[in-house]
Amino acid sequence: MSNALIAEQVLNGVQSGVVLFLMAAGLTLVFGVMGLINLAHGSLFMVGAFAAAVTAATTGSFVLGLVAALAAAAAAGALIEVLILRRLYQRDHLDQVLATFALILIFSEGVRWAFGSFPLFLDIPSALSGTLMLPGDIPYSRYRLTLIGIGLAVAAALYLLVAHTRLGVRVRAGEDDREMIAALGVNIDRLYTTVFALGAALAGLAGALVGAIQSVQVGMGEPVLILAFVVIVIGGIGSIRGAFVGALLVGLTDTLGRLFLPALFALFMDGPAAASAGSALSSMSIYLLMVAVLIVRPTGLFGSRT
Amino acid sequence: MNPRIATLAAALAMAATATSTALMAAPLKVGMITTLSGGGAGLGIDVRDGFLLAVEQSGNPDIEVVIEDDQRKPEIAVQLADKMIQSEKVDVLTGIIFSNLAMAVVPSATARGTFYLSPNAGPSALAGRGCHADYFNVAWQNDALHEAAGAYATSEGFRNSFILAPNYPAGKDALTGYQRLFEGELAGEVYTQLGQTDYAAELAQIRASDADSVFFFLPGGMGISFLKQYANSGIGLPLVGPAFSFDQGILQAVGEAALGVRNTSQWNKDLDNETNAAFVQSFEAAYGRLPSLYASQGFDTANLLLSAMAVADVSDRDAFREALKAADFDSTRGDFAFGSNHHPIQDIHVREVVKEGDVFTNRTLGLSLSDHGDVYAADCEL
Repeated sequence: MSNALIAEQVLNGVQSGVVLFLMAAGLTLVFGVMGLINLAHGSLFMVGAFAAAVTAATTGSFVLGLVAALAAAAAAGALIEVLILRRLYQRDHLDQVLATFALILIFSEGVRWAFGSFPLFLDIPSALSGTLMLPGDIPYSRYRLTLIGIGLAVAAALYLLVAHTRLGVRVRAGEDDREMIAALGVNIDRLYTTVFALGAALAGLAGALVGAIQSVQVGMGEPVLILAFVVIVIGGIGSIRGAFVGALLVGLTDTLGRLFLPALFALFMDGPAAASAGSALSSMSIYLLMVAVLIVRPTGLFGSRT
Repeated sequence: MNPRIATLAAALAMAATATSTALMAAPLKVGMITTLSGGGAGLGIDVRDGFLLAVEQSGNPDIEVVIEDDQRKPEIAVQLADKMIQSEKVDVLTGIIFSNLAMAVVPSATARGTFYLSPNAGPSALAGRGCHADYFNVAWQNDALHEAAGAYATSEGFRNSFILAPNYPAGKDALTGYQRLFEGELAGEVYTQLGQTDYAAELAQIRASDADSVFFFLPGGMGISFLKQYANSGIGLPLVGPAFSFDQGILQAVGEAALGVRNTSQWNKDLDNETNAAFVQSFEAAYGRLPSLYASQGFDTANLLLSAMAVADVSDRDAFREALKAADFDSTRGDFAFGSNHHPIQDIHVREVVKEGDVFTNRTLGLSLSDHGDVYAADCEL
């Protein structure tokens, strides 16, 4: 196993983590500030991917597709927040799960009704295709490097937003004590809609970016949603820093697990059996990581201690 | 005769005639459990559309089709099968796309006395010792297209292949099938997860190995993701695969990344026989898209069923079984015959992905395996 392979896999793990962060950041913000479990987050991911695919196909521009993804996902998010989710904040988490699960079904059938069941075409722009030679003679996909860059930029921007802007102050205060900031005159409704739309936009961006190298189809958001929940549980609910660290941990564990576990089994099992067993165990590795973190820190790595 | 008695006699006579007419045209209920949502939806939709097209073209009023979506989940497929057998009381079950669902449903369905015609999944477990007199596979045994790929790779001079497939029964069949007729070495053998969308890790391993070719089996959305990422990775090794990763439904979503790839299939839209030409034309007219091999399989399954219905009544199970075995119908593949284990013996062709106008499709290059059966027939007791 060469150093180049390990280095490439580490980069892959970081890239996969960064994309997960885009999903998890929105999810943890919504859960932290509004106390809402939103299962429809994966559908917003799908809406972003479809918006990008359709826009890129009609205009021929990937960047316009990304803009459309942000706009469509934010709009969809704001819409469902105002119409439905607003009534759920005071209710039990289970009610929220039921309602947002229904939203998943509505979004899936709606997208299928509008676009059909076959996958749509979305491709990376030719400027970003091909590989770049990294130091150490490692050819790495230019597009994936761009993804890492965009993810880190979004993380930095979110940090600046939360730590250094008025909106960020209100978000942090709202996470702490909702009733108090309402009493202090902050428009809670508008704050919540803004936060939700922001989280939705991030999910839509993730969907568009990932859709270019994967398949844009109905149901593409649900597997990512499950991983995003694992990330926020590991990182701690409501903590964006936790989402970032958790996402990187999950991405690296998944990618490096797929590399090392079959190799580990190959030490004492023969070829096909080792590949099969290694594959099975590596698919569990993320959840084992979650269990390990929860045993040591029940509220997650950066979660509140209450 | 007393007028009232005459009327009564006439009424009874009419009733008797009506009943006997009903008995002569025996209705047959078909339950189709297929994947209509999620990552594998394109396959199930094609099978369903092909099947329904054949039923509609036959104009046969005695066949009733009930369709349900298994969402690619084995537990849902099992529930649907139970519902169809117990409450809908279907005579024939069909439709399952994925081999793990087939393994969950077929053995118990045939054990309960329902015929099963598979338009797609052909796990090796059901072709060998697990074969059953009431189970017929109209498409292929899973290994077939992969064996043809292995034979083709050998004929092209590839010596060191990197092979990958998802970790489920059809994936395992794919890799064993390829290795059976491939005479080179394996640079690597990887099982991915069913539904996996990111192949960066696997691509890095391919790059780091000394392979001269890549064989992969990744149906549906998985294939789209892999092909796009492969094209973008700069690895550039020749790709070989079965038709499942290069079918009509996938190619439009992949685009240029698939051009030139060789793939093996038992069917292509340019196969030269009357039934196929009529099928392709009518499918396009009815649904506005070109058929894939899944659609041709659904079409053939329906025609097999209709041919058996023309000769025997489903309530006479032995006669119906013999009629199914005879396979006396016009197939889109030309001649069609079952082997002893009720799996097809057929030609497998090599195709190349090309662009015709605006549409990406396949062009048949030649024959890879002719009159090919499967190795599991020897273990089947039928």
